[in-house]
Amino acid sequence: MSDEPPRLQVNPIACVAHGVCRELLPERITMDEWGYPIVDGSPLPADLVAHARRAVAACPTLALRVDGKLARRR
Amino acid sequence: MTSVLLERAPWETAPALPRLLGTGRKLAEHREAYGGLPLRTFAGEEGRARLIQEVTQAGLRGRGGAGFPTGRKLASVAAGKKTPVVLANGCESEPASRKDKTLLTHAPHLVLDGAVLAAHAVGAEKVIICVERGGSLPERLERELAQRKGDPVKWQIARIPRRYVSSEESALVHFVNSGDGRPIAVPPRPYERGVDGRPTLVDNVETLGHIALIARYGPDWFRELGTQTDPGSTLVTIGGAVAQPNVYEIVPGMRIGEVLDAAGGATEPLGAVLVGGYFGTWVPMPEGWSMPLSHDRTGPGGVTLGAGAIFALPADACGLAETARITRYLAEESAEQCGPCMFGLPAIADDLRSVAFGRCGPATRQRLMRRIEMVSGRGACRHPDGATRFATSALTAFAEDLETHLNGWTCSGVSRDPMLPLPKARDRGWR
Repeated sequence: MSDEPPRLQVNPIACVAHGVCRELLPERITMDEWGYPIVDGSPLPADLVAHARRAVAACPTLALRVDGKLARRR
Repeated sequence: MTSVLLERAPWETAPALPRLLGTGRKLAEHREAYGGLPLRTFAGEEGRARLIQEVTQAGLRGRGGAGFPTGRKLASVAAGKKTPVVLANGCESEPASRKDKTLLTHAPHLVLDGAVLAAHAVGAEKVIICVERGGSLPERLERELAQRKGDPVKWQIARIPRRYVSSEESALVHFVNSGDGRPIAVPPRPYERGVDGRPTLVDNVETLGHIALIARYGPDWFRELGTQTDPGSTLVTIGGAVAQPNVYEIVPGMRIGEVLDAAGGATEPLGAVLVGGYFGTWVPMPEGWSMPLSHDRTGPGGVTLGAGAIFALPADACGLAETARITRYLAEESAEQCGPCMFGLPAIADDLRSVAFGRCGPATRQRLMRRIEMVSGRGACRHPDGATRFATSALTAFAEDLETHLNGWTCSGVSRDPMLPLPKARDRGWR
């Protein structure tokens, strides 16, 4: 599992649209018209991993994660 | 013999039907027709593995909507470390479907046999039958359970809130664990960690009925009907402008027109057929007449039987108005846990209503398309995905109407009484 490239994922139930992640990681996170993050779940390049972890740590509801695999794909 | 079978189209073998609905309601009638549970045939570890193998060879796919291979699910649950639990899903929250309630009424013991066999296959000691609360079904099932002696499982009936998303598997597990009937974020999926943290097999009740038959008659018998990738028979609920709306047992691979003929045929010219209920796809008619239906996605719209709800819409009804009304219902049925679903579905429903009633311009279409794309795939469960699939298919199937409506004209169909069914009494609670 640790061999897989890290990806961002959001728990949509935990997320209540504080928008902090979007401020910290605009490269990977955009916002929908209601203020909820649209997270690009493709593999993170090495130079974004540290930024991604900072966004994860800053989320007030702990809704964002960097994981080796995606929660849901399809 | 084989060549004869190959030369015959799938529906021509239909006299072999019904498989599921032909059995008696009472335990004595059921045992008379099918004999006892074939547990001794599958005794021991070897027997359990063989039962899973037979279901796999039969090619049975889940009848709750997703069509996932049942044998694979059984094997995943059986591979868990803890003792698993079986959830028999008979909730059927889809308003256009009543095949599960019909099966539980007409052949309850076939489903219960299947649940015992599935529990045996995965090594579970407990079966929880999930049905919508209210009505007489939970009590009737309790009476039938009281008749059964010597089942090697502990039975429980869970009365589930009558909400569209409460029959989703993570919602069932959530309700059984904590009394809250809203979906939860996955993973872990129920087959990994479900009821009491145990691997949990969630199977639709019709799927269990098929398991009961496969255990008795074997995978080759099961495969005598249906297609290579979707064998067996399947229950459908046919409604709308047909002579005899009802639940029918059909064979995957039958064409839409033939399925409608099973219900006595269309009673007026049709504009479209909705296949797969309110997470399903509109298929324009008469072009769609010869489209084969199964649990495999067919055609550009990816049409699938889903949970088998099929609705025939007359040509002079307004498909856009119907879609707007049902999308509004789906928006109201959101558990309102995920922002994109909570805000996106009502916005999409509003746009659709604007389109249906001619209060819109070309920008409305752009906004509607953007919102549909924006919301899809962003919920914890698949509620937004299903609702947007349904809405998208309406825009394709009723493309000509859409142009008319977007130019500010409404069709005469909007004044026709709404046709697609909605629940009469709405349950507002989640607990």
